[in-house]
Amino acid sequence: MAEHIVSAFDQELRQLASRIAEMGGLAETIVNDSVVSLTRLDAELAQSVVLADRRLDALQFEIEDKAVLMIARRQPVAGDLRQIVAAMRTCNELERVGDLAKNIAKRVIAINGEFHSKKLVIGVEHMAELAMQQLKNVLDAYTQSNAEEARNVRERDEEIDRLYTSLFRELLTYMMEDPRNISMCAHLLFCAKNIERIGDHATNIAENIHYMITGEQLTDERPRADETELSANDSDS
Amino acid sequence: MEMTDVSAAEAPVASNPVMMRASKVCVFYGEKQALFEVDLDVAANEVTALIGPSGCGKSTFLRCLNRMNDTIDGCRVTGRITLQDADIYDPKVDVVELRASVGMVFQKPNPFPKSIFENIAYGPRIHGLAKNKTDMEEIVVTSLQKAGLYEEVKDRLNEPGTGLSGGQQQRLCIARAIAVSPEVILMDEPCSALDPIATARVEELIDELRENYTIVIVTHSMQQAARVSQRTAFFHLGKLVEEGATDTIFTSPKDKRTQDYITGRFG
Repeated sequence: MAEHIVSAFDQELRQLASRIAEMGGLAETIVNDSVVSLTRLDAELAQSVVLADRRLDALQFEIEDKAVLMIARRQPVAGDLRQIVAAMRTCNELERVGDLAKNIAKRVIAINGEFHSKKLVIGVEHMAELAMQQLKNVLDAYTQSNAEEARNVRERDEEIDRLYTSLFRELLTYMMEDPRNISMCAHLLFCAKNIERIGDHATNIAENIHYMITGEQLTDERPRADETELSANDSDS
Repeated sequence: MEMTDVSAAEAPVASNPVMMRASKVCVFYGEKQALFEVDLDVAANEVTALIGPSGCGKSTFLRCLNRMNDTIDGCRVTGRITLQDADIYDPKVDVVELRASVGMVFQKPNPFPKSIFENIAYGPRIHGLAKNKTDMEEIVVTSLQKAGLYEEVKDRLNEPGTGLSGGQQQRLCIARAIAVSPEVILMDEPCSALDPIATARVEELIDELRENYTIVIVTHSMQQAARVSQRTAFFHLGKLVEEGATDTIFTSPKDKRTQDYITGRFG
C-alpha cells in the first residue's frame, strides 16, 4: 500500500499496529504463564499473571484512545478505516483473553493445597497448547495481513471445541472414579471452559483480520463441535 | 421526535429508475481529450457524487449533463447522454429548455445583481411559468421555502440578493434553480466557498431536495460525498474508474486507485 500524503497518518497507523502486536505478545505470555502455573500449581507465577493482566488492560485503553483520536483527526475511510476498526475490536478481544487467563490464574491460587493427581491436568494442558497455537497464528496473520491464515484459524477452532467436549467427559469420569477428584476436576472444568473461550476470541480476531483485509464480514455459521451443553442436559434428565 | 428518518448514507439505493444515462461519453478540448468513454447512470431521486483529483474530468462530465460545454470554444462531446430516455444532444433540443430541466448551482454563489425576489422570478418569467403576479409570488415563496431560505429573507425580498451571506446566497442560487421546476440539479462544488455551518445547511438541503429532484454533485470533500450521496463515481485522468453505492465506495472500494485517492494516498 502506498504511503499517505500526510505522513503522520502512516506513522499513527504503524504505531497502532505495533501496539496491537505488543498486546498480542503480552496476551500470549499471560495465557502461557497461566497454563504453566496450573500444571505446576505454582501460586507465585499465577500471582504474576494477575498483575500482568493489568498491563493488558492499560494497553487496551491506550489503543482505544489512539484509535478514537485517529478517527476524529483523520476521518479515515476504506482500508484505513477498516484497519482502525479492526484494531479497536482486536484489542477488546485480547483484553478478554487476558481476563480469561487471569481467571485460570486465580483458580490456581484457589486450588493451592487441594488433592490432585498429575493425570487430571494433562487434557487441559493439551487443549491449552492448541489454543495458544491458534492465538499465535492469528497474531501472525494480523502482522502479515494474511486473510487466508485468518480463515484457517477460524476453521481450526472446531478442534478446540471438540477437545473441550471430550475433556468434559474425561473429567466427569475422573470425578466418578474417585470423589476426592471432584473439587480439582470442577476447577479444571472451569479452566477448560476459559481456554475454550480463548479459542473463541482467537476466532473473533481472525474474523476482524479478514474484514480488515478484504472488507467482507465472515458471517456463515461455523459448525459447532461443542456438545457439552447437550450432554449436560442429558445428565440432568 | 421519532427516529424514523434515515440519514443520507443509510438511505436505500439501487431500485430507483434511471433519470440520466451517459454512454461512451468523450470530451475533447481541441486536440486534447479530457474524458474517455464514460458510462454512468444517474438514478432518479438520488444524490450522485462525482469525486476525483483536480483535472480528472468530473466537472467536465457534470457540464456535459446540461450542455454547458457548448459554450466553450473548441469543445467537442461525443457519445450519448439521455434525460428520461431523450437524447439531450439531439439538434432539436432547445438548450434553454434543457437547462431549465437540468439546473446548475456553481462553486461560488452567483446571484444576479437584483432583488432576492427577482433572482427567483427571472427564470419562471423567461420560461413563462407564471400566469400572473400571484402565481409568480407563489413560485418565489415555495422556491425559497424548498431551499430553506424563506424564513431568513421573507421580510426583505426586495433587498439585493448580493447582500446576503455566502451560505444564504448559495441557497438563493439553489432556490433559483428550483424555481423553474427542474428534474435534475447539478452542483459544482456548491460548498467550497462556505463555512462549516453554511455547508451543513446546504448538505441538509441536498438531502431534502432528493425527495423531489435528482442531484449530481461534484465535490472535493470526500467526507461531503460520503455524507450526502447515495452513489459515488470516482474519476481519474479522464476516466470513470469506479462507480457504486457510496457505502461500498467508502468502506471497501474495489479499485486500488479509488482506495488510494479516498484514503489520501495521491491527489
